[in-house]
Amino acid sequence: MLTLYDTTLTSRLLLGTARYPSPAIMEAAIRASGTQIVTVSLRRETAGGGRGGQFFEVIKGLGVHVLPNTAGCHTAKEAVLTARMARDLFATDWVKLEVIGHHDTLQPDVFALVEAARELCADGFQVFPYTTADLVVAEKLLEAGCRVLMPWASPIGSARGLVDPAALVSMRAHFPDVPLIIDAGLGRPSHAAEAMELGYDAVLLNTAVAGAADPVAMARAFAAALEAGHAGYHAGLLEPRDMAVPSTPVIGKAVFA
Amino acid sequence: MNILIKGAGVAGLTAAFALTRRGYSVTLLDPNAPGMGASHYAGGMLAPWCEGETAPQVVIEAGIEAIGWWDEVLPGLVERKGTLVVAPARDQSELERFARRTTRHQWLDEAAIAELEPALAGRFRRGLFFADEAHLDPRAALAGLADAMLRMGVRLVAQADEGDFARIIDCTGRSAIKRGSGLRGVRGEMLYLKTYEIALSRPVRLLHPRIPLYVVPRDNGRFMVGATMIESEHDGPVSARSLMELLNAAYALHPAFGEAEVIETGTGIRPAYADNIPRLAGSGRHLSINGLYRHGFLMAPALAEELADRLQAEPQRRSAIA
Repeated sequence: MLTLYDTTLTSRLLLGTARYPSPAIMEAAIRASGTQIVTVSLRRETAGGGRGGQFFEVIKGLGVHVLPNTAGCHTAKEAVLTARMARDLFATDWVKLEVIGHHDTLQPDVFALVEAARELCADGFQVFPYTTADLVVAEKLLEAGCRVLMPWASPIGSARGLVDPAALVSMRAHFPDVPLIIDAGLGRPSHAAEAMELGYDAVLLNTAVAGAADPVAMARAFAAALEAGHAGYHAGLLEPRDMAVPSTPVIGKAVFA
Repeated sequence: MNILIKGAGVAGLTAAFALTRRGYSVTLLDPNAPGMGASHYAGGMLAPWCEGETAPQVVIEAGIEAIGWWDEVLPGLVERKGTLVVAPARDQSELERFARRTTRHQWLDEAAIAELEPALAGRFRRGLFFADEAHLDPRAALAGLADAMLRMGVRLVAQADEGDFARIIDCTGRSAIKRGSGLRGVRGEMLYLKTYEIALSRPVRLLHPRIPLYVVPRDNGRFMVGATMIESEHDGPVSARSLMELLNAAYALHPAFGEAEVIETGTGIRPAYADNIPRLAGSGRHLSINGLYRHGFLMAPALAEELADRLQAEPQRRSAIA
């Protein structure tokens, strides 16, 4: 069981809702994955109208928790404003806080992120910050009031997987009691399994599923990988060794080569 | 049989044409001039294989038919010159992905691209060519269709009493979007550039992981650049961000577009069903063709003929039962 801001969940997969071939395929993928949280971008969809129309009705009708995000925001002020709009629209205090610092890599601007997190937490929001694996930034986000951290694995949409596993291992070790969700950069089910084998609590995906040739089958594949990785972590993984270790007993054989 | 078609966009006009051609008496209802809804902002690409990147087989098949349909109905308007697909050097993996998801294309190298589109010589190392695709000017096509129909005796009216008609075909597109209709709106923004510094013979698609865009050449130095895809029913003017992205794409395709004049920007709301597949729906007296999404010119002919087939089949079925 996974607990995020007092909400208990059985699924460890969070899915984005952007760029599926159609809302029907999106819905089928969400169902197939068993995901209980979907993220929704508020930035572009509202395009001045203050409402997303029927697409938001589809999202609300999914019967899962909605985690609005501030994707595409480049300043703390913009992100705070978007979060407040999202609270009204989806009647939730949850917000996935994204403040983009670099247009090309979509790397978070961690300074503005901490600033926005402080303001939103003080205002009663339950913030899911999209951050790097930097420990100092992570500490500042926790001080600001965040009770979940979402480090990236690699740049958004890059499908590169865990480019710096050592940093993610150290983050897990530093914050043993904080729910850690890998956000961004995963491309394959094996990436998700790897994240879970490091002891992460959940992963958030969008492009890896939405952009697959068969998003529904891919959603299912990720759910299975997450389950395998999570179970493997708790079953106790073997440490790698430099030498072969035969699995059949050798004592009693004529030669001990 | 008297038939009322509501909505004179690409769906209504093609339906009116198909029915009139089979001898039905058609009245076309629209308070606005024909072709002034979302169809006005269409790209006019008849690119079924490219659309197959995300669209299902039914759209591809109908789209293949559409090329011949438009060519037959409006001779001289359809340009059968194919589609060129390119990607910036850093997004080559997008080109690989696009090739994997589509069929009926061939890989081009730099020299072959230059041969096809001399203006793009030296700009892209590789590209995909969909030789069997076509394009048309959607505004000219709809005006041509409206003219042809008026000559065939279709009445174009701004008001009508539904009680006077045996069948009512709703082709009102976005006006039919409401809760429970199964339809939603997908906002699309586009712009027209004008320059004589560059010439293209066919639509060029520029792939990008977030904002894939296309440039379609029209006459008199005009180029249509489109189109954004935003889940929204808001039809206000193009946003600064979208304008920037559209212009960036045109500029990435060729810097000469940086010197072009922006002669028009526009926003249309594409009506779409949850599966993004356009369809003929309803039964009895009330039918509809809607949800054309981004496949208006590609799917409307097949749906119009399907409608005509269905109406023609009705009395036969009745007599068979009798």
